[in-house]
Amino acid sequence: MQQRETGQGQAPAANQAPAADQGGSAAIEVAHLVKVYKTTRAVDDISFRIARGSITGLLGGNGAGKTTTIAMIMGLVLPTSGTVSVLGAKIPEQRYDVLGRMNFESPYVDMPMRLTVRQNLTIFGRLYAVKHLRGRIDQLAADLDLKEFLDRSNGKLSAGQKTRVALAKALINEPDLLLLDEPTASLDPDTADWVRQHLETYRKTHNATILLASHNMLEVERLCDRVIIMKRGKIEDDDSPEGIMARYNRDTLEEVFLDVARGRTREGAPEGLS
Amino acid sequence: MSEIVSHHPRAISLQRINAMVLRYWYLLMSSWPRLLELIYWPALQIITWGFLQNYISQASGFFAKAGGTLIGAVILWDILFRGQLGFSISFLEEMWARNLGNLMMSPLKPIEFLLSLMIMSLIRLAIGVIPMTLLALFFFGFNFYAIGLPLIAFFCNLIFTSWSVGVFASGLVLRNGLGAESIVWTLMFAVMPLACIYYPVEVLPAWLQLVAWTLPPTYVFEGMRSLLIDHVFRADLMVWALVINAALFAASFAVFLALLQSAKRNGSLLSSGE
Repeated sequence: MQQRETGQGQAPAANQAPAADQGGSAAIEVAHLVKVYKTTRAVDDISFRIARGSITGLLGGNGAGKTTTIAMIMGLVLPTSGTVSVLGAKIPEQRYDVLGRMNFESPYVDMPMRLTVRQNLTIFGRLYAVKHLRGRIDQLAADLDLKEFLDRSNGKLSAGQKTRVALAKALINEPDLLLLDEPTASLDPDTADWVRQHLETYRKTHNATILLASHNMLEVERLCDRVIIMKRGKIEDDDSPEGIMARYNRDTLEEVFLDVARGRTREGAPEGLS
Repeated sequence: MSEIVSHHPRAISLQRINAMVLRYWYLLMSSWPRLLELIYWPALQIITWGFLQNYISQASGFFAKAGGTLIGAVILWDILFRGQLGFSISFLEEMWARNLGNLMMSPLKPIEFLLSLMIMSLIRLAIGVIPMTLLALFFFGFNFYAIGLPLIAFFCNLIFTSWSVGVFASGLVLRNGLGAESIVWTLMFAVMPLACIYYPVEVLPAWLQLVAWTLPPTYVFEGMRSLLIDHVFRADLMVWALVINAALFAASFAVFLALLQSAKRNGSLLSSGE
């Protein structure tokens, strides 16, 4: 496979951070990040910078290292080696300095089931020291269409409703950095589209940085300024969606994803592939 | 965009502790079986042991003289055991709800989390033990509160020990997942034979007495017998118990932090199943 152009294993300064990274201070800086679980290298010497105000998609098949990478950025998993910096703070050493400005949503965690949506949002609002919390919850309920089940327990919601509540929790503190793992999983196309629209608006109005891991290629094409493709713990490609599709000579990111997942090279992809 | 937050992010926040206590309070109030269970087992315990004490005091001059030692021991043991369970069950609720990742990603610090669990253990203990003491008074004429000021010393030492065991057990579950849950339910029973709840320390073999005196509850139960049988309050025993408790608590907190670090190295915070 052709060596990727963005400097895997190089210092972040050497990375070309296409499309989104306009220089200046980055929201996320990852340098030579490695995570080894016993004998498995889940993340294998990756480096990248993510510009403030950008939306970056982290793509890859199962076991590619996306979730581990995001968990290390959040400080929930300690790297074996390498460094992570978020909003100017070293992770994990200074994570409490910036946790109030970050938030996340992941299918690996749930909101407490027996508590109502309002109770859950109240608790997380207080944990994040949100001012005018009642108003903020009302606003999120209106934005994410939660009003009709605000006083229903989380365990009685449909999967799509739970995803919206999880997103409300992720936005409760109006974070500067939002880390999302499969943000539209379990949503019907209409609601998923509506959530994407909300994320786009949120990014624009708050100049927020969003890093999202997704298997939904249409979502990534629509939302992201930049795509980082991971495979077996390494960065396989890193560019704007258009740049990547052009390089693989493909019309959609899904086709590129399949090329990468099935080990087809960029040079070989155009010919003889359906 | 501003750099890292400077609103004393490293200080302990009462608001966050409050939010967590509120979270457990909502949970407790959302389920009457949970509330009933808090009262049910202590009530059964005191009634069973109370009748036993009545029976053997008719046949034994010693128990007739040392009225209430058995019932007193049962209540004090329940403070120790339920105090730890109250702490640990609130912690387990987060594991069962798969909510730990949300909390660990929020600005909530481990010490704030532990403090909220301690407060909840007191609340749960009050719900379970106060009815128990009233049953002891009305059924068996044993006024637990007539112990007076020494009761405060007994209570503080026992609750302190229960928190230490709770912190240690929670650390083990945090590190090893719910597969280690049984430790929460059984660990305190390892203390039971050595803490000499129902019999004096001199009953034990000499070498085991040395081990027993390393446990703070041993001092409390010896102190209770001294008070109820000889009508002497042994302040020296309470001071020793407090000194050992302080060391035990510091050690268990250090072990908890080490296990938390280990969980972050191991990646078990996001996958806290079995």
